[in-house]
Amino acid sequence: MEKKQDYSQYAVVMEKITKRFPGVIANDGVDLFVKKGEIHAIIGENGAGKTTLMSQLYGLIRPDSGKIYINGKETVIKDPNDAIKSKIGMVHQHFMLVERLSVVENVVLGSEPVNGPFFAANRARKAVMELSKNFGLIVNPDSIIEDLPVGMQQRVEIIKVLYRGAEILILDEPTAVLTPQETDELFSILKNLKAQGKTIIFITHKLHEVMAVTESVTVMRLGKVTGIVKTNETNSRELAKMMVGRDVLLTVEKGEAKAGNDVLKVKDLHVRENRGIEAVKGLSLTVRTGEIVGIAGVAGNGQTELTEALTGLRKVESGQIFFKDVDITNASAKKRRAMRMGHVPEDRLKHGLIKTFPIYYNFILGEHDYPEFSDGLFLRIDKIREFSEELVKRFDVRPPKIDLLGSNLSGGNQQKVIVAREIAFNPILMIISQPTRGLDVGAIEFIHKTIVSMRDNGVGILLISMELEEIFSLSDRILVIYEGQIMGEVAPKSTTTEEVGLMMAGHKLQDLQQEV
Amino acid sequence: MERINFRKIFLNEKVIVSMVSILVSLVVAAIVIIFIGKSPLVAYSALFYGAFGTKEAIIDNLMKASPLILTGLAVGFGFRAGLFNIGANGQVIMGALLATYVGTQVEGDPFYLSIPLVIMAGMIGGALWAGIAGWLKAYRGAHEVITTIMLNYVAIYISNYVVNGPFQAPGGVPKSPAIAYAAQFPNIMTVGATSLSTILFVSLAAVVVIYIIIQKTTIGYEVKAVGTNPYAAEYGGISIGKNVVLAMMISGALAGLAGTTQVVGVYGRYFGALGGTMGFDGITIALIGQNDPVGIALAAFLISSIRTGSNQMQIAGVPKDMVTIIQGIIIFLVAANRIFKTMKFYRKRKEVEI
Repeated sequence: MEKKQDYSQYAVVMEKITKRFPGVIANDGVDLFVKKGEIHAIIGENGAGKTTLMSQLYGLIRPDSGKIYINGKETVIKDPNDAIKSKIGMVHQHFMLVERLSVVENVVLGSEPVNGPFFAANRARKAVMELSKNFGLIVNPDSIIEDLPVGMQQRVEIIKVLYRGAEILILDEPTAVLTPQETDELFSILKNLKAQGKTIIFITHKLHEVMAVTESVTVMRLGKVTGIVKTNETNSRELAKMMVGRDVLLTVEKGEAKAGNDVLKVKDLHVRENRGIEAVKGLSLTVRTGEIVGIAGVAGNGQTELTEALTGLRKVESGQIFFKDVDITNASAKKRRAMRMGHVPEDRLKHGLIKTFPIYYNFILGEHDYPEFSDGLFLRIDKIREFSEELVKRFDVRPPKIDLLGSNLSGGNQQKVIVAREIAFNPILMIISQPTRGLDVGAIEFIHKTIVSMRDNGVGILLISMELEEIFSLSDRILVIYEGQIMGEVAPKSTTTEEVGLMMAGHKLQDLQQEV
Repeated sequence: MERINFRKIFLNEKVIVSMVSILVSLVVAAIVIIFIGKSPLVAYSALFYGAFGTKEAIIDNLMKASPLILTGLAVGFGFRAGLFNIGANGQVIMGALLATYVGTQVEGDPFYLSIPLVIMAGMIGGALWAGIAGWLKAYRGAHEVITTIMLNYVAIYISNYVVNGPFQAPGGVPKSPAIAYAAQFPNIMTVGATSLSTILFVSLAAVVVIYIIIQKTTIGYEVKAVGTNPYAAEYGGISIGKNVVLAMMISGALAGLAGTTQVVGVYGRYFGALGGTMGFDGITIALIGQNDPVGIALAAFLISSIRTGSNQMQIAGVPKDMVTIIQGIIIFLVAANRIFKTMKFYRKRKEVEI
């Protein structure tokens, strides 16, 4: 028997946690030590087992073996109710809010204060206001959730957790959807919570965030812990190395762009979104061959509609799109593809991939009726397989088995399949949307390198991304989109994230320059 | 060449689900038989004897299976494209009517001309009838379940009118004139009152053709893409509208072919109530066969077997409605498996996302 440890100084201890899923060990003897009142980061690539570990702490799944200690006491957490009883709360990556209900209603949902059979609206409102005031989580208690920006919705999630009495807060990738300003505000809220004695566990894969707010870090890779360090005794480079097991290029190495002729010209484009509201409002832009034009912006400012209009998936209301000087405003997606416009879609599972198709079928989506792959009636399956084997090798898709279904691949490898497919038919113009959303550092590096080498081969690239870092490290020119309009164009070298952040929040570039 | 993987073919989830469903349904029906005071052993051996015990039984069985294979393929192909074609019945009728009409017009033509013409006519009749629903779905947004059901009624009333009026043969019963002898399919053998017609080969050929279309052709690729992820299909430049209409027409052509085989291989003319329930049986069969052409052929044979055997079971003292119970339970279990899988999927997704 091991000697019984004294864990009383820790809010959370997870000891030798092992969790197997069919075919994989998601957590393999993982230890986690989180001191009371600290902000602790768990970092690691996608699939490293971070979320699995936290799901066990929150009782969503049960560990196969290992023990959990809360405030020094061994605790069995069978389900989220047990977790809540142990004063653990979790803010999920995807918000669990009822869009049509108000802030107050969402916060108290499931444990509403009542007067007899009636909902005690006033008491609920008071309780929410109090929490909001005490922790600096400023939000209008009567707003309807769907009217609130994402940053505000996240506050509601945090208030919800606090309302249930949480002392230990788990935040799963909380900054993925936020603007730089919103991220800063979140960090000050976290510091505030910490000051009031709360313990915070923060899952992320963004290293600068770890450096900015945390005190200690647990690094995971492939289901194991590869490092437990104090934040002030380490740096981003060292953390990155622990995450991927090798040195990573955090900045993309690229030379000067050799921009050529205009390949894409958009003039005064107007596009409506599904509900009929105008989402792109008179947008103009130009992309030349051999350059990367980045579109920065907070999600939901018309990027999706712009992308879909450019690639022929959405009707254009007015304005014009020229591709190689041909007016393609009303051309079909098929026609645009035939003119060699590539498209890496924003939502890879919705548009990019057919999950029930094997990889070799996914590699020909969009080109399945081209003479290389079809004789008009029959698919040339041997040719398709040969082509796929080659692509799998060239793009290092893992596992390299072309008979696997799309759904069998990890997110990073699904994205590799899509990018490989789009590159393989030699496009002149690539519309790339959110190429690295949810991918791990290794995959991001690979995709980024691929994009730069495409540019160096003379492809014109329009990059739409909500990751500001990605926009900065890849783009030759940056356009900032806000409510369907371009706020201004800046060069990545002569601007700052603050300036772009302000433009993302709706400030026009001219106004900013006037202030200076 | 790839090595054939028998494990993969026989031990995959789909096969197991169907097999287990069939076994469980037989067990449950056995319990019901015990409750009504009969012996399941006696009942099932009578059922088996009735389906396979004599040459006549086997021929009857195969002749029942033949159109069911086609309507099963019709519904199954629709499912592959994400379409629920409930209108196979109407398409059977329209296909049979058009085939009959052409069949009466080819008098004097040699069989190698008249038979293809009649077959084509039947398939076109079914395809066009289903194509209406396809077009309404693709370009007017009308759900195919509603439109195909309604078109079933239209087809029934058209056929009632036609064989009671302009296209009625003399005599009391509503029926069409006989189709040309050269357009009728020959029988392979006749035992007593039952004949084994060559239409069986039409059904088997359809299984092969549909298998090839689904697995090997560009059309199959597009239809499956539209059926499983229309967004990705659209992204890949695949026209959703075109493929919805096309899939519906192929589905309808198969149903029309089912009707045609009955007029050219069994009755030699169009009879008043030709459609029967074979269109709806197609839904059952596609479900049990899990939309796989070979699976559908086997499922059709299963259904035809228990139906053929049911008379013998009735003689043995167990009501033939027992067959309906067996069939109902199989469908229930196959469908329940889907519900179960969907539930598992959501639970798993929850784990992964959270």
